[in-house]
Order: sequence, then C-alpha cells, then structure tokens
Amino acid sequence: MNLFTPENILYEETLPGGWNWSHHLKRGTSLRIVDSDGGACASLLLYNPKETSERYNMPDTLKAQFTARLTTGHALYSDMGRVMVSLLADTFGGHDPLGGTLDQKALEERFGTRRYQEARNAYHRSGRLALLTELAKYGLNERDLVPPVNFFARVKVLDSGEFTFHSAPSAPGSYVDLQAEMDVLVVLTATQHPLDPRPTWEPRPVQLVVWQSQVDPQQNPAFAYNEQNQRGFFNTALYHL
Amino acid sequence: MKNPNLALVHAIIPAGEPWTGHLRRGQTLRIVDQQGNQSADTVFYAADPQGKINPQERYSATDTLVAQRSLYLTTGSRLYSNQGRVLLTIIADTCGRHDTIGGACSCESNSVRYPRSTQHMHSCRDTFLRGLRENHPELTKRDLPPNINFFMNVPVTPDGHLSFADGVSGPGKYVEMLAETDVVVLISNCPQLNNPCNAYNPTPLEVLIWI
Repeated sequence: MNLFTPENILYEETLPGGWNWSHHLKRGTSLRIVDSDGGACASLLLYNPKETSERYNMPDTLKAQFTARLTTGHALYSDMGRVMVSLLADTFGGHDPLGGTLDQKALEERFGTRRYQEARNAYHRSGRLALLTELAKYGLNERDLVPPVNFFARVKVLDSGEFTFHSAPSAPGSYVDLQAEMDVLVVLTATQHPLDPRPTWEPRPVQLVVWQSQVDPQQNPAFAYNEQNQRGFFNTALYHL
Repeated sequence: MKNPNLALVHAIIPAGEPWTGHLRRGQTLRIVDQQGNQSADTVFYAADPQGKINPQERYSATDTLVAQRSLYLTTGSRLYSNQGRVLLTIIADTCGRHDTIGGACSCESNSVRYPRSTQHMHSCRDTFLRGLRENHPELTKRDLPPNINFFMNVPVTPDGHLSFADGVSGPGKYVEMLAETDVVVLISNCPQLNNPCNAYNPTPLEVLIWI
C-alpha cells in the first residue's frame, strides 16, 4: 500500500471545464480527481478496454451496496459482477449516480448558444457532447453511453421521491481516489450537473492525478464494506487468473 | 374502461420469458400484474413506422428522472429517450409507484448479491438477450441500458440509503402508457427467486395494446 506522495505520482494535468478526457488506468494505480476551484462536476464512465461491452453499471453498483450516494468504501461495478474501481478516499462525501448528463439541446435552451466561431474554446459543450466526443475515439457511440457517476455533485432524494440538488458546492481542493481493480478505460468530462441551479453555464476544471496506490483488497475499505463487495472482488480476482 | 376484447394485442408473458412488440405512435400499452408482486423489467427503443429499431435512441432512466426531478414513475411520468425525446407517457397506474434504478438481474449480479450458488439461475438479462437475439438480432448487450421495473419499489432515503421494499403491487394492478412516437417494447418477466421482487414466486404478466 502506497501513500499519496510526490514519488508515487505518475502523471497529472488540469482538464478545463467543459472538456473531455480518457485514460487506460492500470490495475493497482489510482486516479485522483480534484475539484481544484470548487463546484466542479466530473462525469465518469468506465469500460473494460479488452471487451468494451463490459462497462460501469449504475443499478448493479447501487444494488450491491444499498446506496444511491457513492463515497469512500464503495466500489463501482461492471455489468459482469466485477469491481472495476474502488473508492479509496473521498473528501467531498457522497457523489451522484442518478443525475446523468445534460445534452446539447437542453444546454442551449437553458444557457444559450456559444459557437466555436465566436467563443473559441469556451464554446458551449454539453456533458453528453463531451462524453460522446471522447467515446468516439474508441469506436464507441450513443449505444455505449450509460448513466455516469457525477463526482462532486450531490442529489438528495426526499421521502416523496423529489430530487434536490445540494445547494453548497463542493469545497476547493475536494478530491476522490479511484483505484483500478482491473485495467479500465476511464472516460470523463468536467461538466455542470443537469440539476445545478447556477444561471450560467460555467463548468469548472478538475485536476487529474494518476498515482501508484497498490492497495490490496485486505487493506481496501471497499473490500471490507460488505459481503457483496467481497464477492465482487472475488469475481475480479477470477478475471485475473 | 378499455375493453380487452377490442385490444389489438393481448398476450400472456410467463415468468422467465421475453416479450417484444411494436407500439405505434398513439397506441396504448397496458401491463397487468396478474397475480401481484411481479416485476416487469422493460426497455423501450425508438423505432420507425415499420418497427425497425434505431439503436442510437432508447429509454434513458437518468433523462427521465432529471426531467421530472423525482425518483418514482407513476401517472404523468414522461419516459424520455437518451436523445431528450419523450417516448411514452404513463397515463394510468393502479399500483402507484415503479422503479427505474434497480436495473435487471443477471447471473453475474446474482454472484455478487447472493451466495455464489445463485449464479446459475435464470435472470432478466438472459431473457433480454434472448428477446433481442430472436426478434432484433442487430442489438446486443450494449443496447441494454438501465431499464424500468414496473411494479417494483426501490426507495431511497434522504441520506442516500437504497432498499428493496416490495409489496406495493397486488393482483390485477396495472400500468398504462401512451406511445408518443413509435417504439419497440422489450419485456422480461422477472425470474428472480432470491429476493422479494417477485414475492419468491414469479407469476405471469399480461400485455394489451389498444389503437
């Protein structure tokens, strides 16, 4: 098990608000997503790079852990019953898996149109457009776009079922560590949550840090979380036989 | 009250079997929980007037939930596609609440949720894949997004806890929806035996379509 120290950092970059990113995250390494300015929303998808029909599955993730809010000790599951990544750390406390991502038409209806011609790289790019742009680089399309995890966004479900968006944005410097339990293709965008009440479209940047974490299941809070996760880790171990 | 004798389609779906059908714009689909507490796992695909599926456009749970800003589906819920279009509107519901975040059971998720011995038990995903293979072979596993579970109750508390709380449905309860555009319907009558979603006794569903 490694600590997050400068010598364990393999790579880092800042992704501007509105932009998309992808990376093959290798087993045993972690992606730290940092909400550097506060108020970010990083919408994230995961695929098995060897068989992209295997991907992060929202319902299976929620069912295994009886939660609709993801935090330290949770795992993100694929549709094949495997733990793809584990949440080693989370200083925000409870990320949204239900809100999906805004499409371009809805963005333009709510916030107006800003074309590249006038706005250059500050043009309006919805979360859906950004994710589809990144997916296309791997031959993936609409058929592969499933509900993402929206990091740094919290949606509260009232007893009536009504959704309320957490009014206080996440604090600058909030971060989450995702350790790959198998090699995964990470596709993400720094966007603005569909339920975010801000009157303007101003998606915030995120800092992305790939680091060598090497946390074994026995030391992993996600393994200890419940017996379902232990079976999920077992399925991932089977995959590596 | 619609007359079942005048229905264009009137089918029984035994537990563990798929059903697919082409619902034309303006037609009404009713799904009946004949004996109570039976989950109807359902996906909708946008189709052309000949019933050919456009695999790029399908039911989207997240678009539907965000549009209504609420977790439960019932009368008045508009079922959105991933392209932001309304595919269907729920126009009648004697059950009161339906789920769209619980997903479909699969052999693989059984191996996580329950002891490993449950892996080789029939599941909704196997049923979905059979329905697609036999009727729409151009679609594959990647075309199975998070579905709707009619007659299933998966509440979430304000602190984020999710549970499976069955018992909202009962014998003869039904849900009815109006097609706002041509869709293909894919239903798996859930065979799950390891949790209360089917009251541990999967039973038939009934499907009717009226013009």
